[in-house]
Amino acid sequence: MLARTNDVVHDMTENASVGVSIRGLSVHYGAFRALDNVSLDIAPGEFMSLLGPSGSGKTSLLSILGGFAAPSAGSIWFGDADVTLTPPHRRGIGVVFQNYALFPHMTVGENVAFPLRARRIAKSAWRAEVRRALDLVELGGFEERSVAQLSGGQRQRVALARAIVFHPKLILMDEPLSALDKQLRESMQIELRALHGRLGATTVYVTHDQREALTMSNRIAVLKAGRLVQVDTPERLYENPQNRFVASFIGEATLVPVQRVGTDCVSIGSAVLRSTRSLPASGPLLIALQTEKLVVASPGGEAGLNLLSGVVADVIYQGESLRVFAQLEGGPVISFRQPSHHAGRGQIPQRGGAITLGLHPSDTIIVSAEDG
Amino acid sequence: MIAPLAKAQTSLRDSGRSEELLFWLLLAPALLMVAALLLAPLTWLALQSVWENGFTLENYRRLVVEPLYARSFALTFRLSLEMSAVTLLLGYPVAYAAAHLSSRWRVLVLGLVVVPFWTSVLVRSYAWLVLLQRTGVVNKMLQALGLTNAPVMLVNNEIGVTIAMAHILLPFMVLPLFAAMEKIPEELIRAAASLGGGPLYTFRRVYLPLSMPGVIAGSVLVFVLSLGFYVTPELLGGGRTLLVSMLISRNIQLYDHWGAASAISVALLACVLAILALARTLAPSAWSAEDR
Repeated sequence: MLARTNDVVHDMTENASVGVSIRGLSVHYGAFRALDNVSLDIAPGEFMSLLGPSGSGKTSLLSILGGFAAPSAGSIWFGDADVTLTPPHRRGIGVVFQNYALFPHMTVGENVAFPLRARRIAKSAWRAEVRRALDLVELGGFEERSVAQLSGGQRQRVALARAIVFHPKLILMDEPLSALDKQLRESMQIELRALHGRLGATTVYVTHDQREALTMSNRIAVLKAGRLVQVDTPERLYENPQNRFVASFIGEATLVPVQRVGTDCVSIGSAVLRSTRSLPASGPLLIALQTEKLVVASPGGEAGLNLLSGVVADVIYQGESLRVFAQLEGGPVISFRQPSHHAGRGQIPQRGGAITLGLHPSDTIIVSAEDG
Repeated sequence: MIAPLAKAQTSLRDSGRSEELLFWLLLAPALLMVAALLLAPLTWLALQSVWENGFTLENYRRLVVEPLYARSFALTFRLSLEMSAVTLLLGYPVAYAAAHLSSRWRVLVLGLVVVPFWTSVLVRSYAWLVLLQRTGVVNKMLQALGLTNAPVMLVNNEIGVTIAMAHILLPFMVLPLFAAMEKIPEELIRAAASLGGGPLYTFRRVYLPLSMPGVIAGSVLVFVLSLGFYVTPELLGGGRTLLVSMLISRNIQLYDHWGAASAISVALLACVLAILALARTLAPSAWSAEDR
């Protein structure tokens, strides 16, 4: 027993991270499929976010990775070990829970020491580890505080310190920042990103906040109704959504039906738009007009820019930007963002005024109108 | 500008005052009942214990001097401690099951725990007398299984009292335990497991400490109830286990000595209050609503 646990600890300090392989994973609750044949390979040291709306199966997937639930089919591999049936306490994963899950009857120091004491590490050795982990999350000297005395942000840091103190090769985080206010959340995102860089552990991060996923991840896996719909780097995911769901879920886009005109052109009413991307081979098409990709253009237009004309339907002032709704010729209402600085505001006519919008061919994103 | 504000403040103060009045009016019936049915008799009891044709401490002197009383108090306390321990050992797994089963099974388990509540203590005590007697079901079964040749003495002694009292007191242990366990977030147990705590380690370091408010509340409740238990030990003890409650009843029924009975009651009450105060200082969390 003792030898085994020591081996595990030894292993952990040897390699900083482990690859994770999810193979054909399904979870059924009666007829309902929480996960449907999900396969995903996560490289050692990678920061992978699972992004999806609620009910998309991302929490089910995290539960299975953590060992809290068993899949109906499929397997989970850490490196070359099949851990599908390994209980959570033998997996050596650091988990950060949504509501922190700090032990209320223990001090901060005891909370952070828990994984080390559970592994029967001598007090002389774990004291230094606890101090190091707390220093890493900038809570040095908080050992004797009780959990009840901490603010939300501090609790979050303790939960983090507790999850990394035993040098896990894999860290799972379940919406760890969702309970924090916006500013704290954004600064924690930057800190988590830096911490991941320092620790090098493979990290799986569940979130429904796309900006959070875009900020921190090496790759993002988008889930919808228990299926993976796209796995890509933040930039590729944002710039090249592969289907209607991703195009509408990521960013702030208006989806408008378009007609196919030749191999690289589509039309909305009388406007013809050229795309530098390859169009889906068949079926009806949609254009994903992301709010920040549209620019106010002069009616003549600049060379090479796709032009859309319409009238201003509404202007909403949102601080750093104006959100402008425009009704295009032929009916559809789209929206775009205009910086709220002086020059930007000057370009927007009164409500009812005519406006011409430019869209670069490389920003012209066309997806299939069929779901999937 | 100032006038409406001042008016608003006045009306706020007025409404505060009338709310306070309403508060006391609503409390009044309960307060009167407690005063008339509890405080008044207790005061009468206390007076009776020190007043026999004039002030006297004779009744209390006898409590200290006569070894019979000391023995009975010691037996009562030992039995009550045993009851707390036995019901805790039996009740903890039941409460755990109820707290962690699916809601359908939870209703069943809690129902089985609570149903005996609806039967009178007298009936249940007689039922145990029937079950445990020399020719009762339990003894017949023990002999049929070859565990014993002759009937085992299960009643008219402390064993019988312990068995029957444990059964009757079990709900008082299970319900506070269940209430405490139900409040333990599942996430904490998952967290402990993910951090490397095996089932036993997690139980010892996380689950048990977090269920302590229930353990303390249940133990104190069972202990205090046991101190004053009368019907069951009287029926199943066969006169051999002389508890404090029986001393009280004997002083009244046999010797018509209300002064002595009152003195014993007051002493027992003082013990109970001391224990409650002790439990309160030892485990404040078991008594306050705010926690976590």
